Amino acid sequence: MTDRNSSLSPLDLETPEKPFLDANELVINMGPQHPATHGVLRVILRLDGEKVLGLECVIGYLHRGVEKIGEHRTYTMFNPYVDRMDYVAAVSNGMGYCETVEKLLNVEAPPRAQHVRVILTELNRIASHQLWLGTHALDIGAITPLFYTFRDREEILKIYEKYCGARLTTHAFRIGGLQYETYNGFEREVKNFLDFFRPKIDEYEELLTTNRIWVERTRNIGVISGKDCIALGVTGPVLRASGVKWDLRKAQPYANYKDFDFDIPTGQNGDTYDRYLVRMAEMRQSVRIIQQAVDALPEGHIMAKVPKVMKPPAGEVYHSIEAPKGELGYFIVSDGSTQPYRLRVRPPSFVNLQALDVMCRGQLVADVIAVIGTLDIVLGEVDR
Amino acid sequence: MVAKLKSSYGSGIEALTYAGQNYMVVDRSMIPEILQVLRNEEQFDYCVDITAVHYPQRERQFEIVWVLYSFARNERMRVKTQIADGESIASSVPLWAGANWLEREVFDMFGIKFDGHPDLKRILLPEGWKGHPLRKDYGILQQDNEWVQINLGIESGQ
Repeated sequence: MTDRNSSLSPLDLETPEKPFLDANELVINMGPQHPATHGVLRVILRLDGEKVLGLECVIGYLHRGVEKIGEHRTYTMFNPYVDRMDYVAAVSNGMGYCETVEKLLNVEAPPRAQHVRVILTELNRIASHQLWLGTHALDIGAITPLFYTFRDREEILKIYEKYCGARLTTHAFRIGGLQYETYNGFEREVKNFLDFFRPKIDEYEELLTTNRIWVERTRNIGVISGKDCIALGVTGPVLRASGVKWDLRKAQPYANYKDFDFDIPTGQNGDTYDRYLVRMAEMRQSVRIIQQAVDALPEGHIMAKVPKVMKPPAGEVYHSIEAPKGELGYFIVSDGSTQPYRLRVRPPSFVNLQALDVMCRGQLVADVIAVIGTLDIVLGEVDR
Repeated sequence: MVAKLKSSYGSGIEALTYAGQNYMVVDRSMIPEILQVLRNEEQFDYCVDITAVHYPQRERQFEIVWVLYSFARNERMRVKTQIADGESIASSVPLWAGANWLEREVFDMFGIKFDGHPDLKRILLPEGWKGHPLRKDYGILQQDNEWVQINLGIESGQ
């Protein structure tokens, strides 16, 4: 601080050419234990008064060495570990992992398994977006959406629980297809959920979309252009809200997504408000996909012919899927043994978090919270 | 595209396909140039991932892998090169800003240095940690006991 404090002169607020606060930079530390960082994320903020000049993320608090563990487990044994990366979208993680190993083994899951996978993965996308919406709104100061979204997310978790016995770390898929046949009444319950959930999205929107406080807190906050997103490798709803119409489900369809009719919602401004609208629209599209998948659920086997002891031929494969947060990729190098020689996870949260600095510059401290929320990161996936 | 690159850069490039996925193996010395051409002329504007694989029995132990994607072509390409332990490679942060953290992670996990990186330091492990865990000679239960004792005040993290 300069000598303003010691000179005991009263603050002069009338002369605008003099900055209200001196230009001294203030460095403050946020986290790692902070309720709004959605995990253990430490952010070092450089401030000029309330304005953010720049920030640095310190991560790794949840590092468990997933990639190293992968090298010491068989392909089958590693499957449950992927659930623990992005633990609010465990089903998506499993989808990506199973498909990558299937590529290495050169097998394909049967049509019925593909359909069930799409249903569960899209339900997971809805659940992940619901959790994001509830906590993001809570961070900004709206407490009601949290209760609404958690109430409705429960219905999805009930379906998971009935299907595979777990609610969070589901381990729902196996390499080659599915372990479990759907339970009695699965289709009816999924359809019931869709009918139940459609009006709920309107309910969420009623609370927020035209809410003046919400709009003021999110519009033009954390703006990032499509060009910057691509340069930084940012994917998922953040990229789409900046006007880039790119979704791996359409661009490079995996599973049987090419059989379903759906749109890719995009935004224009790349601000927090647009990202909110894009995710709301994505939930509606997921409902559309699930409806088509459950209406056309074929009969048949749920497991392809895979050997009991998996030894994929030596080679390497990169495969990625559109997880709720963005592009989730697996790069697996096989040396022909039962364990991967190298297993690399390309986590969307890790790469997206890099954009935090760009998005927060020039914003107020309170907006940092909004921007962390809108990036929709899960620290379990950032740190692995 | 690869044929074009080959004709202008000669024998340092080898184009291969496995499981329907294209990749090329490039000489270490040509990496900066090839990546620049891919980024600027062939429209690979999105750097998906940078990672490495450790082959301790090879003479040049490390294989660095860039996974690239082109929005205009809707196409993926993997670029690989091999370097020896202790050698460094040019940073691709000037080409793709997103390479920053990815290269830091490769440095953290393998100890590979990237020349010209703006802020090359550990990212997932704490500063001052000894060893690079994704090297094959680093055991799965191994840890930096000294760091654990000093910073956590416990005998061992196991």
